[in-house]
Amino acid sequence: MQIDLTPFRQTFLDESVEHVAAMEEGLLSLESRPDDNELLNSIFRAAHSIKGGAGSFGFEDVAHFTHSAENLLDKLRNGEIRAERALVDLLLRATDMIKLLLAAARANEGAPGEMATLLAELDQRLAHGGAALAAPLSAGPIAVAPSAVSSAAERRVTIHFTPSTELFHTGMDPLLVLRDLASLGKIVRAELDAEQIPIFEVLEPESCHLSWTLELATEANDAALRDVFLFVEDGARLELTTANAPDTLAPPAHAASVSPAQHALPAGSAGATPVPSSAPTPAAAKRPAAAAENASIRVGVEKVDQLINLIGELVISQSMVTDVVNHFTPDRLQQLRESVLAMQRNTRDLQERVMAVRMVPIGSIFSRYPRMVRDLSGTFGKSIRLELEGEETELDKGVVEKVGDPLTHLIRNSCDHGIETREKRLAAGKSEEGVIKLSAFTEGGAVYVEISDDGGGLDTERIRRKAVEKGLMRQDDTWSDEQIHQLIFQPAFSTAEKVTDVSGRGVGMDVVKKNVEALGGTVAIHSQRGLGARFRIKLPLTLAILDGLTLSVGRQMYILPLVSIVESFRPRSESLKTVLGRGELMIVRSESLPLLRLHRIFGIDDSVQDPSKALVVVVEGDGRRVALLVDELCGQQQVVIKNLDANFRRVEGVMGATIMGDGRIALILDVPGLIRLAGVANDVALAAAS
Amino acid sequence: MSTTLRETGGASAALDNDQFLTFRLASEEYAVPILRVQEIKGYSAVTPIPNAPSYIKGVMNLRGTVMPVLDLRAKFGFEATEFTKFTVIIVVNVGAKVVGLVVDGVSDVLKFDHDAIEPPPTLGGDLDTSHLTGMAKQGERLVALLDLERIVGLESLSR
Repeated sequence: MQIDLTPFRQTFLDESVEHVAAMEEGLLSLESRPDDNELLNSIFRAAHSIKGGAGSFGFEDVAHFTHSAENLLDKLRNGEIRAERALVDLLLRATDMIKLLLAAARANEGAPGEMATLLAELDQRLAHGGAALAAPLSAGPIAVAPSAVSSAAERRVTIHFTPSTELFHTGMDPLLVLRDLASLGKIVRAELDAEQIPIFEVLEPESCHLSWTLELATEANDAALRDVFLFVEDGARLELTTANAPDTLAPPAHAASVSPAQHALPAGSAGATPVPSSAPTPAAAKRPAAAAENASIRVGVEKVDQLINLIGELVISQSMVTDVVNHFTPDRLQQLRESVLAMQRNTRDLQERVMAVRMVPIGSIFSRYPRMVRDLSGTFGKSIRLELEGEETELDKGVVEKVGDPLTHLIRNSCDHGIETREKRLAAGKSEEGVIKLSAFTEGGAVYVEISDDGGGLDTERIRRKAVEKGLMRQDDTWSDEQIHQLIFQPAFSTAEKVTDVSGRGVGMDVVKKNVEALGGTVAIHSQRGLGARFRIKLPLTLAILDGLTLSVGRQMYILPLVSIVESFRPRSESLKTVLGRGELMIVRSESLPLLRLHRIFGIDDSVQDPSKALVVVVEGDGRRVALLVDELCGQQQVVIKNLDANFRRVEGVMGATIMGDGRIALILDVPGLIRLAGVANDVALAAAS
Repeated sequence: MSTTLRETGGASAALDNDQFLTFRLASEEYAVPILRVQEIKGYSAVTPIPNAPSYIKGVMNLRGTVMPVLDLRAKFGFEATEFTKFTVIIVVNVGAKVVGLVVDGVSDVLKFDHDAIEPPPTLGGDLDTSHLTGMAKQGERLVALLDLERIVGLESLSR
């Protein structure tokens, strides 16, 4: 029977992405906790899972390469080599390569050329590292000590392996295990015991009744041998017996058996062989948060159960409504009202729960930055520590995926321009190590992501000079620092003195702003010269649903996202001033804001013309505040966002459309877009205001 | 057996390809390939799109889909008229997009032989016939075949 492996390959590739992430995360932690055995084990297990799966699915390159990395990890785990920085560097590069190889496997492409070089480096390291440090740790009579010390360490191990009868149900092929084993040494003798196969009438073809006795000539230690059985040891019996340990005084044989009951504590350590624990512990079951960019989403069973419960309730309340409507008498009106109310409540709950399914912790994105900052501190020769906070903050999956690139830019920017060199820091009386803090938190229906550093802050003077040079402002303009800081989001604006390969080409900040705005968010800067800078990104919780204020202009209804609203009021005619006869300004608590008439921007002719008979909504976008003139506010409601460009195209000043209760379409306003649309008049007003 | 089936299938496909839905604009008759037509519905209120060209009436709700509606009268420079009860929206598929076309009324489903279709005429002056694929003659009727891609096509919608 031919089984289509494609879906399993897909699953393997998806899971491998997580394993690689786990390896990377583990390796980064390893630097601060080099002696943490559990950590080492978890890294090792991740590598081993990749290797095992890759072998089964025929991704030879992945399996082969990961095997070498795994060998090195094994030496680390056995304490033969130490996790110093150079080694961690090498392993991190190996992790990157595994990533590349997996991507190549996904695309059915060959391995990248650099694989061979890196492989050689790993093997070299393996040979050297092992030899250099094998001695000091082999205290005790561990003659069976692993390693490539010399071929004298070769020994003969007799392995009895009786897999669980359930083996086939888990999809494991014992043949693969045996092949793996053969790669560790030479199988001298292999016997298959088929005695246990029952008579034909009662034979269950899906149960495994086989057991093997193998004699293996190998240099590998027991732990390495046991690792081969890592995936088949559930319910299995495994005995290793060392037949001869040449030239040593070790006991003639020590047996070790693993049964499910003794997972973490291999028996047989009564013999002289300390076997490092390699069995999966509960910690191994804890997967890192799902990696981004996968089209699938992992949802807890709990969340699904809640959904099913809610659907159940909804069905009940629906049948109540149906019942009342079918046998309606005027005195049942109250009952109908209650049933509809219950249904409304259910629907709202359901909506919330369904949205919750799409919510993932932002930590899945955050986890890629420690590595990046580590690499960048190397590149810049600075010492930078990245602190993470609020990784558990949940955001819509779509938002999380798209916020990654802006964050990357901002963090790179902080590393490059924000944090000063060691010398400068010491001279400024700061600690040698710069700190970048990446934090996320939820506040009032929006999620904030902040990148703050304790570096030099923005150089307001330099930005001003550059802006004047580029004609973005005049020499004699007296702009506030905030206004000047906003200029760094202008396209092609870079003040970096030297262009590095990381940042400073002037692309970046404007892209950051564009990307964040495309998500319906905003970026704000807070900077203090000498003390550091803080970039605060404000994001909507979700892309699909939006809290909005319904407003009317003429006969048209529009939705204004609640996130961008500051306040609203009916203006008094004396607070409206004109400048140069055209530019209109609204004085709001001694702050003068440009007045944008929505009817003028959108060319609507049946609206209220007199501002004192209309309403002003103060809105914020692009870090600017403007007063938006509308006819009336009609109420607050949650709307489902529909893209205009699905059947049409993007419309400036409009972020999408929604379908109202009466079936008509209302456009959702995009405040930054409106400000751009009003462009010229606005600049006149702004310049005049300052 | 299987050959016969395939032949029949091919013949009917060719037949469908030659069928057109014709409709009126002022006193003229136009047509679109019937396979591109998703449905025909009565005119109902649309939501105007700000700063869009005048022939884009706006967007309307087609069972949960936001569909742009184009006024072909305006597009071809006819005089605007009041919408009557005959005014309909022909919903067509252009690429992956769904677009509504406002016309004065639908008339027929016609089948044109390949020989009956002539290339679009060159009329000189500033009359642009580039959005026609051809002219079909049937008896006394002269029907202009529209090039949907050119009219509602991606170039005018996704600028």
